Amino acid sequence: MEREHIVKQYDTELNEIREKLLEMGGKVEMMISNSVKALVDRDSELADQTIILDHEINHLEVDTDERCLEVLARWQPTARDLRFITLALKIVTDLERIGDQCVSIATRVKELNEEPPLKPYIDLPRLAEASSIMVKEALDAFVRGDEQLAMKVCNDDQFVDDLNIQIQRELLTFMMEDPSTITRALKLNYISKYLERIADHSTNVAEMVIFMVKGKDIRHTSAPQSTLEGQ
Amino acid sequence: MGIKLKLEGVNVFFGNNRAVKDVNIDFHANMVTAIIGPSGCGKSTVLRSINRMHDMVPSARVTGKILLDQTDIYEKNADPVSIRRRIGMVFQKPNPFPAMSIYDNVIAGYKLNGRANRQESDEIVEGSLKRVALWDEVKDRLKKSAMELSGGQQQRLCIARTIAVRPEVILMDEPCSALDPIATAKIEELINELKEQYTVAIVTHNMQQAARVSDYTAFLYLGELIEFDRTGKIFTNPEKKHTEDYITGRFG
Repeated sequence: MEREHIVKQYDTELNEIREKLLEMGGKVEMMISNSVKALVDRDSELADQTIILDHEINHLEVDTDERCLEVLARWQPTARDLRFITLALKIVTDLERIGDQCVSIATRVKELNEEPPLKPYIDLPRLAEASSIMVKEALDAFVRGDEQLAMKVCNDDQFVDDLNIQIQRELLTFMMEDPSTITRALKLNYISKYLERIADHSTNVAEMVIFMVKGKDIRHTSAPQSTLEGQ
Repeated sequence: MGIKLKLEGVNVFFGNNRAVKDVNIDFHANMVTAIIGPSGCGKSTVLRSINRMHDMVPSARVTGKILLDQTDIYEKNADPVSIRRRIGMVFQKPNPFPAMSIYDNVIAGYKLNGRANRQESDEIVEGSLKRVALWDEVKDRLKKSAMELSGGQQQRLCIARTIAVRPEVILMDEPCSALDPIATAKIEELINELKEQYTVAIVTHNMQQAARVSDYTAFLYLGELIEFDRTGKIFTNPEKKHTEDYITGRFG
């Protein structure tokens, strides 16, 4: 258990930021799962709801940014508190981008729902689930300061990347076989790419968590595990 | 939350020198208001005018209105002693009465304002010391001299002495400038707790402290109020360039 600050109000304000990030995380997880459910169930209404939910994400982004700025100005955080706040500011941006990716998915879904289905969806829901879990675990790692979990998220990104490539190859075969499927296949291709980007944002968060806990920047290095060995 | 204390067009003169110029500040009830500004800007002078401390300086003159619950504390019939009972003050250097015990220090102000029986005194001393989180540290040596305490403890003792008379407003003039960072953090936490019951005004030359402890901040320069706003606003995006230059360390 982390020791409290002598001035309790400081803890209260840091906790509020933590809670805002979790709230944002919960909402983007819901956006990911709903946008893909809207695809599988051909439910354009659910796609619309997903798009609307993004306004809340945007609002939370602005609110959390303001809180972080006030904490920086008022409490002059140092050491791990400083790392926490600067990371919170970056994480907010990643979460907001995830929200934007979900809006893009939902928009493509609405367009796809205007046309007959191309194929049954098996891998896209798997991809969505894997990305969504990465978001959740990255935030859990942030809140708990758990670098092991953060490392798992970084390593899970490979699975998502591979699945994305597999989906793209499969879609390519549809397009080669029958050019009339190209429009739909391209849209599904986009969706797969959006989900892959969501996983990348989660990886960004996880890498920052490792920095927060270990004070070691592992961004733009190939293997997170190897850089942490012997520490 | 209402306005507990209101400064309306306050001027303070020392002889011909006008040290405070037409200052208007609203002190919100149950909030902490900080007054910041460079040395000599008049912040302590403003604070001292609020419990009529300039009365003792023959050349000093205060004009304008200082309204405590809408009653002017400078009106002709106002009694300075009863005003000071309602508006307590804590000073820069801890100033316990050196010849008195810890117990007598806490109860001193209360006794000045009327008699108290033994049981009542005991309750006030214990309650006040608990309020400032000093009770556990001194309960076994209440009869010892207050001078045995550390600087931080002495300052908390002085705050206990101030709240023992149950004031409504507490004025603090650089209450942490003689203390180390941990003792300072304890006083700051105490200020946060005190505002639940009292209205607090604090003068500090430590801008970071103003940012940490206050809800509202007033920036004074050369005796004039330059800006008054929510502390969050003052320290993230002040309206006046002058304020910004001061809080970012560009002059002062």
